[in-house]
Amino acid sequence: MEEIMLKIENVSKEYKLGQIGGTTLRDELQRRSAKRRGLEDPTRKIGAREYTDGETFMALDGVSFEVRKGERVGIIGHNGAGKSTLLKLISRITAPTGGSIYLNGRVASMLEVGTGFHGELTGRENIYMNGAILGMAKKEIDAKIENIIDFSEVRQFIDTPVKRYSSGMYVKLAFSVAAHLDSEIMIMDEVLAVGDMAFQTKCLEKMSDVSRTEGRTILYVSHNMNTIRQLCDRVVVLDHGKVVFDGGVEEGIGVYMGSGKAELLYYKYTEEHHTHKAATGEMGFNELTILNTDKTVHELNEDLDIQIRYSAKQIIKNVMFHARISCNGSPVGTMFSDTPIDLNAGENQQLRMKIHLNHLMGGHYRVDLLSFVYNEYGKRQVLDAVFPAFFFDIDGSTTKESPVVWTPQYWSQIRLDDMETCSFE
Amino acid sequence: MSQTQQFKTTITSDHKLFDLHLKETLQYRDLIFLFVKRDFTAKYKQTILGPAWALIQPLLTTVVFTIIFGRLAKLTTADAAGDYVIPGFLFYMISNVCWGYFSSTLEATSNTFLANRATMGKVYYPRLVSPISTAFSNLISFVIQLVMFLVIWAFFLIRGGTSIRVSPMLLLIPLLVVQMIILSVGCGIIISAATSKYRDLAMLVGFGLQLWHYACPIAYGLQLVPAKWLGLYMLNPVTPIITTFRYAVFGFGYFNLTYYLISWGVSIVVFVVGLILFSRIERTFMDTI
Repeated sequence: MEEIMLKIENVSKEYKLGQIGGTTLRDELQRRSAKRRGLEDPTRKIGAREYTDGETFMALDGVSFEVRKGERVGIIGHNGAGKSTLLKLISRITAPTGGSIYLNGRVASMLEVGTGFHGELTGRENIYMNGAILGMAKKEIDAKIENIIDFSEVRQFIDTPVKRYSSGMYVKLAFSVAAHLDSEIMIMDEVLAVGDMAFQTKCLEKMSDVSRTEGRTILYVSHNMNTIRQLCDRVVVLDHGKVVFDGGVEEGIGVYMGSGKAELLYYKYTEEHHTHKAATGEMGFNELTILNTDKTVHELNEDLDIQIRYSAKQIIKNVMFHARISCNGSPVGTMFSDTPIDLNAGENQQLRMKIHLNHLMGGHYRVDLLSFVYNEYGKRQVLDAVFPAFFFDIDGSTTKESPVVWTPQYWSQIRLDDMETCSFE
Repeated sequence: MSQTQQFKTTITSDHKLFDLHLKETLQYRDLIFLFVKRDFTAKYKQTILGPAWALIQPLLTTVVFTIIFGRLAKLTTADAAGDYVIPGFLFYMISNVCWGYFSSTLEATSNTFLANRATMGKVYYPRLVSPISTAFSNLISFVIQLVMFLVIWAFFLIRGGTSIRVSPMLLLIPLLVVQMIILSVGCGIIISAATSKYRDLAMLVGFGLQLWHYACPIAYGLQLVPAKWLGLYMLNPVTPIITTFRYAVFGFGYFNLTYYLISWGVSIVVFVVGLILFSRIERTFMDTI
């Protein structure tokens, strides 16, 4: 067992709600005196909710986990789940309200690229500056500066003040410094969301490379599941300040995407599903049943037989359907109905649909369904939409045709038709 | 599992009073050096005269003081009774150079958290690095100004006709500079700790410094102060620094060991209180700033 590099023990962080601090002493005195006399707070914005003294908000609430040497942990969760707060605590920007964090090694936190960059200084001077802020000694930077410049791809401009850099160059230079840090624990908060794709990939490769070869520990926060897949070998899911999942990457992403394992064959749509703003509502999806099978996990290249119940106020001609298929938040493909159909008026009308699942590889899929017509101007007009319409799983292990193990993070969820090959003599 | 494993760093919610991270701050000396270099280069980038501005400012102030307080108001420049010929220009210059360092360092360090929150909100380094580097980058300007002063001083000394002379008191200068640094940084970080929640004090700093300026013998000599108020007047910790500085370079003037030691004592207390407050605030200031 590798040694523990980071141990988080029952950590919590509490923020006070409402008006605190950051105001003037006069405001504070006004508030105090008004409160004593039982008057309304004169400094409060009209309509703002009033918070009493004791009301607090737990950004983190009893978070515990351990990270071992060489692990690359992705931290995911919705906005406000506490990811950034956790990183701030680990990188000592602010102190926890309760609990302890134990670190075994130097922490390099990259919560932002180019922290401490100064526009007037040249690229080279900023490398030293940024490196020192991130905790490198001058000697270490001296030894690495050539590598850093090469990696950044901005050698030509390295002695120009960075205020004349394009934003892309700026980011490349900044990230290069961070990528060459020698610290045992690296903390990154979506720093890769910037820069072009090629550079992003280069950075991810560099990060996983140093982790594998030098045993660096990485904590990475991102909303981009693809980068999580590429970089991480473990995922911690936070929700409302608590750890709700800790384990494998794909499973964790599934948990984060808010889809449990138990899948249904019957869906009844409520207000929550009809969130499309531009839908006219001339027809409405009511229910959906998956007919052809009594199992929730499907094989490769199956067809799904679907029955839909809908209501329409009048007869609608030439209606088309549109199904958007996504997997763990990334779009996979889109289908349209082959021919326009006419819908009957009335409640509880029926509609059948067949969905071919060829090309889709193993995974957990979500389908959004829209109905639309082309209006007299040839413009697409959405009648109704359900988000999500239904879910289905495909078992990826049954690869009858070919023995390859599918790696969706590199190959996507779609397997195109096989190539035709023949050899000549 | 491995309960016995030792960890190098522990982050918890409790804080010891004297946990000042001084050793850690020392490890970041490269960063202090770079901050000093950055402040200094950035200050004079895209100026034609460059670091010469460090000389022009006190020179102009001295000229103005010589005209207004010396020629027009005819305020005394004598610190002690006696028949000394004091060159007014040197008198105002050394006083202004000292006060300039003190006030600019105090003002800049009192702004530490507010001015650096962008960086401090994203990365950890011992927060004390910022005020320390401010003190040092101001020290560069101070040394340049002091050298200029010494050149002019040497000119007056060689030309003669004044009472100034070289005395062993000159050796006190390094000690005075150190005291000036810790007093200004001490005051600055106390204010910075206090302003992380309420900004009001930051508004007062500029005005307060102006008042403090008049409470120090900069535009006038100590002889202007009525004898019965002198005891109270000397409790201002900046006063003994300035009068002793003048004594050191002129070779005569006012020096009272008791007041001088009191001033040292106040400086040290202010500095230590500042460090304690600062290390208390630095842990969570990001939540309130």
